[in-house]
Amino acid sequence: MEKFISHTGTALPLRRSNVDTDQIIPAVYLKRVTKSGFEDGLFAAWRNDPEFVLNKPEFQGATVLVAGVDFGTGSSREHAVWALQNYGFKAVLSSRFADIFRGNSQKAGLLTVVLPQEQIEAIWAAVEANPKTQVTVDLESKNVRYGDVTVPFAIDDYTRWRLMEGLDDIGLTLKNIDDVSAFEKKRPSFKPETLPARS
Amino acid sequence: MGKTLAEKIWADHVVRSAEGEPDLLYIDLHLIHEVTSPQAFDGLRLAGRKVRRPDLTIATEDHNVPTLNIDKPIADPVSKLQVDTLRANCKEFGVRIHSLGDAEQGIVHVVGPQLGITQPGMTIVCGDSHTSTHGAFGALAFGIGTSEVEHVLATQTLPLIRPKTMAVNVKGTLKPGVTSKDIILAIIAQIGTGGGQGYVLEYRGDAIKALSMEGRMTICNMSIEAGARAGLIAPDETTFEYVKNKPHAPQGADWDAAVSYWKTLQSDADAKFDKEITLDADALEPFVTWGTNPGQGLPLNANVPNPAEIADAEERGAAERALTYMGLTAGTPLKSIKVDTVFLGSCTNGRIEDLRAAAEVLKGKKIAPNTRMLVVPGSARVRLQAEGEGLDKVFIDFGAEWRNAGCSMCLGMNPDQLTVGERSASTSNRNFEGRQGKGGRTHLVSPLVAAATAIRGTLSSPADL
Repeated sequence: MEKFISHTGTALPLRRSNVDTDQIIPAVYLKRVTKSGFEDGLFAAWRNDPEFVLNKPEFQGATVLVAGVDFGTGSSREHAVWALQNYGFKAVLSSRFADIFRGNSQKAGLLTVVLPQEQIEAIWAAVEANPKTQVTVDLESKNVRYGDVTVPFAIDDYTRWRLMEGLDDIGLTLKNIDDVSAFEKKRPSFKPETLPARS
Repeated sequence: MGKTLAEKIWADHVVRSAEGEPDLLYIDLHLIHEVTSPQAFDGLRLAGRKVRRPDLTIATEDHNVPTLNIDKPIADPVSKLQVDTLRANCKEFGVRIHSLGDAEQGIVHVVGPQLGITQPGMTIVCGDSHTSTHGAFGALAFGIGTSEVEHVLATQTLPLIRPKTMAVNVKGTLKPGVTSKDIILAIIAQIGTGGGQGYVLEYRGDAIKALSMEGRMTICNMSIEAGARAGLIAPDETTFEYVKNKPHAPQGADWDAAVSYWKTLQSDADAKFDKEITLDADALEPFVTWGTNPGQGLPLNANVPNPAEIADAEERGAAERALTYMGLTAGTPLKSIKVDTVFLGSCTNGRIEDLRAAAEVLKGKKIAPNTRMLVVPGSARVRLQAEGEGLDKVFIDFGAEWRNAGCSMCLGMNPDQLTVGERSASTSNRNFEGRQGKGGRTHLVSPLVAAATAIRGTLSSPADL
């Protein structure tokens, strides 16, 4: 996973709440067996509308998505995270994320930042007034900066450390695999097993 | 202080706990399907890793598979590649798989319980958000992403931050014609699609205790639609009776040991939940969604809401957009809405009791003109059982299509899709824009409402017949 320390880029104001993962990428785009190429499915239904913000020339090249409340609800598809990353987004800001989406983004290295709704509104206003506004999402100093505004955000230290180091969770767990083996020795015998198959 | 049920199950699965780190949780069962697993298996291959516990892992084909002509190769080459990839991965890594044509093939959340590998007190994960279904057994069950699928395959554990707990008390008794689907739709309408975010929900109260296991599964299934990754129900005699004699149920002395453990799986009387909410089952009516998220629901007797009367600006905007997408006008009685397609199936309502309930309403009747109905059993086993009871004939005589098992029109990944502007009454779980097909319009309903709607052609309950 790529390290995330700080990122600066222009921002895309997505003034919609409850953007579920079926909107981020519809199911018909989930058939690939790789982790790349999902950008063509990003917000697929809405992209037919030339007025959709992603299509507007002034917002081309945006790398910070500023979304409404309850972003990423619904399906657990990590393809939603890959679609955003494949398209070029490095960070998403919202006042509330769905749990599974947030977990997936943290595993895949897409930074999700929770800010109060009034701060989201302020960023929307700023980037709509000037789409060239540079927005910095700084994980090291735990703040978002644009113009002369600095907004702090909270993130747990463990997740921050993992993202800043670009660490792979499996590698971290395997360091403690002896604990897993010890736990397995104590599991009760009545716990079901799938093998051999019974029917 | 006492512990809640979720806290007990959590505590029993902590492999490692360290200050400032997530707990490392052991996973008792990992369910796999074709859509969210290929990249995870690829990751294992790249790192030269194995599946640590194939004996705690099981795969089935559900999201992508056709529900017609299942004896022929899958027509869509991209879908076929994904299913073939799952088969090859399971073979390479020694994972048990139930493929198309196998009696145990079906929706992953129907297959686990019917095999008896879903049991109380377990931790169960799957790369599918409706894994919360298994919470009905008093298991801690939740959906995960593909990175986590790979993590579980490699280590049989997950690093997780402990969620908060919320008690959802459902008091009283359901009226006839009102079902567990109506309970969960009413709960989501009450707390919203983000209301359960960060919580494990525990459904409690007389109305929950009175439900069958399948009714309980319907409720836990849709916990995710309230934003909760997991929802569960304390196991009781109904649970034990359901698990008993299933193929993978514990046998002999193991059964006795299991039941005595399962009986401890109750929230303690002095346990403290982080939040509590209450719903009155006596007052419930059949529920239906009018919008594009599962929280936008109302009793069937209501009218399409007027966004102008919604105080919250965000919700108002969402309601306006939803009505435009759904092609609905404020003030229209919900019961006057004409439906094109009725879908009976999914991991929410594709079990034998759901099929029986709908068949009971449809028996001897004919489908409304210009209406189609798809009946898609949750698993091949459910299909066989229904055929054994003659339900297939009831559906076919009524004018419905009797299909093979899979996720089908719940998410429209296979050919079972709505077309632009087509309106459905669906027993599934999500009415998101385009979920059932691009431009399709979905109203979420119970199997009883689905059946009555297929008869009348407009959103209806059996009481309207």
